[in-house]
Amino acid sequence: MSATVDTTFSRMKVLRNELIGLYGVVERNLYLTKRYFLWDLAFLLWTIANTLTIVFISRGVDLTPAARNDLATKLLVGGVIWAFLGIIFEIVTETVAWERWEGTIEYTFMAPVSRPVHLIGMGVYAVIYGLVRAAAVFVAVVLFIGIHLPHANYGAAIALLSIASISFIGVGMMTAVLPLISPEKGTQLGFVAQGLMLVVSGVYYPVSVLPSWMQWIAKISPATYALRGNRDQILHGAGLRFADVWPLLVIGVLSIPIGLVVFRAGERYAKQHGKLKRSG
Amino acid sequence: MVSQQAVVVRDLEKVFTRRKGLVHRRRRFALKGVSFTMERGECVAILGQNGSGKSTLVRLLSTLLLPDGGSAHVFGHDVFKDARAVRRLVNRVSVEASFFKKMSAAENLAYAARFYGMGPRETHAKIPVILERVGFPASRRNESMENLSRGMQQKVALARALLTSPVLLLLDEPTTGLDPRSKQEVQTFVREIRQQHDSTILLCTHDMKEAEELADRIGLLDRGELLFLEPVEKVKDRYGVETLEEAFFAATGRTFEDEKTEEDEEREVFA
Repeated sequence: MSATVDTTFSRMKVLRNELIGLYGVVERNLYLTKRYFLWDLAFLLWTIANTLTIVFISRGVDLTPAARNDLATKLLVGGVIWAFLGIIFEIVTETVAWERWEGTIEYTFMAPVSRPVHLIGMGVYAVIYGLVRAAAVFVAVVLFIGIHLPHANYGAAIALLSIASISFIGVGMMTAVLPLISPEKGTQLGFVAQGLMLVVSGVYYPVSVLPSWMQWIAKISPATYALRGNRDQILHGAGLRFADVWPLLVIGVLSIPIGLVVFRAGERYAKQHGKLKRSG
Repeated sequence: MVSQQAVVVRDLEKVFTRRKGLVHRRRRFALKGVSFTMERGECVAILGQNGSGKSTLVRLLSTLLLPDGGSAHVFGHDVFKDARAVRRLVNRVSVEASFFKKMSAAENLAYAARFYGMGPRETHAKIPVILERVGFPASRRNESMENLSRGMQQKVALARALLTSPVLLLLDEPTTGLDPRSKQEVQTFVREIRQQHDSTILLCTHDMKEAEELADRIGLLDRGELLFLEPVEKVKDRYGVETLEEAFFAATGRTFEDEKTEEDEEREVFA
């Protein structure tokens, strides 16, 4: 055979392909959201109902109207952040579990897209989807209960949530590896990790009410700073405070590379032990 | 990097272990010292029963497994050390069509193509053409996969593999479970790819007739060992037999339909 096969790729072409790959992950998730629209609607209504059950607690407490409004706002912020961060965590964590369930895992993992791009694509979609869902829950509950938010600084709240998302994507990457190592138990452990992270972060209560060992864990949870900052932004109109931003940036800068290293190690283990297949 | 030989496999070995009780671990060779080469443009069929190691071989070459010994190169790239370069050159069709069931054929193809650097404009133009080529009705490309028959899904799987123009195509039992007509259509299409594209094809199958009709050379993988790999006439001459079934019996002492041992079944599960 005289002709030869050129198998080289320029850096620019690789970069272009990676960006298209990232777009592909986001696009695929949009397709799935469209196809599972009724499920998404059902989960949204469930989240609204669940948040309402929590915010209604404020109506049963003997407080002045102003204090009751404050309590309702604090509970609402907790519920909305729980829903937002829960979605980010869930989508990134289920990167592997979802592909395995659909049976596409082998095709995705043998495709020439880098793992960081694949995982970050899932994270980007999760943030977009999570913000839309959180906004819908927030608006629905405020209108339903009639909470007054005269000082709310929505811009700062969205900015802080976006910064917090970086950390959550990183932590999600670490737990996304679990279904690679143990297909069934891994998914279960992912849910446990998500719950544990949120419970130590003061979702509906100040972190100070937790036992001291839990307060230590709260210090490394990005949700702690997102909740604290968002409450002040919605209640008192606070801006982006350095005290909330720097821990989130530090956790984010550390968690993304650690998440990628952990995922890479898990992928190597899965390839060594034959777990990178639909039945695990 | 430029290379003439499409695939070079040397002493490839894969062992799977599974826990038996708290202490004991069972080790089963899925592949044992497998060596072979494939020339560019060649079609090689690897025959073997379920659990013989065919899928393990395909998964190793697809960069989905790491070996316990030996090496494999695809167009000069080390499959295990330079996996990303290999991934750009390889695609596969397996026994399971494997798609996002709620997404349409067009959406599934677009998703797969993005990972190979194909943007929306390119897929918009290419997907209808490739679907038409595999005999998939264009009018059904926006239907969700779950509404398509197994044969139709397998055509979309073929389209997915071809859309990325792989220079090495790995076919892992692509016609298993298909009705005779769909099977014939897939086989015809594989012949077309060979004639019209610059693809090298590794076909793993337990259908001896299919292997004989499509491949230049035929290999027999039995319990992880490659017993031979040569043109079908040479195989028959070597064992002095008329058919591949007889060659299998002569090479292994068993018939293709013989009951499997417990070890065979474990190997099948691990692989």
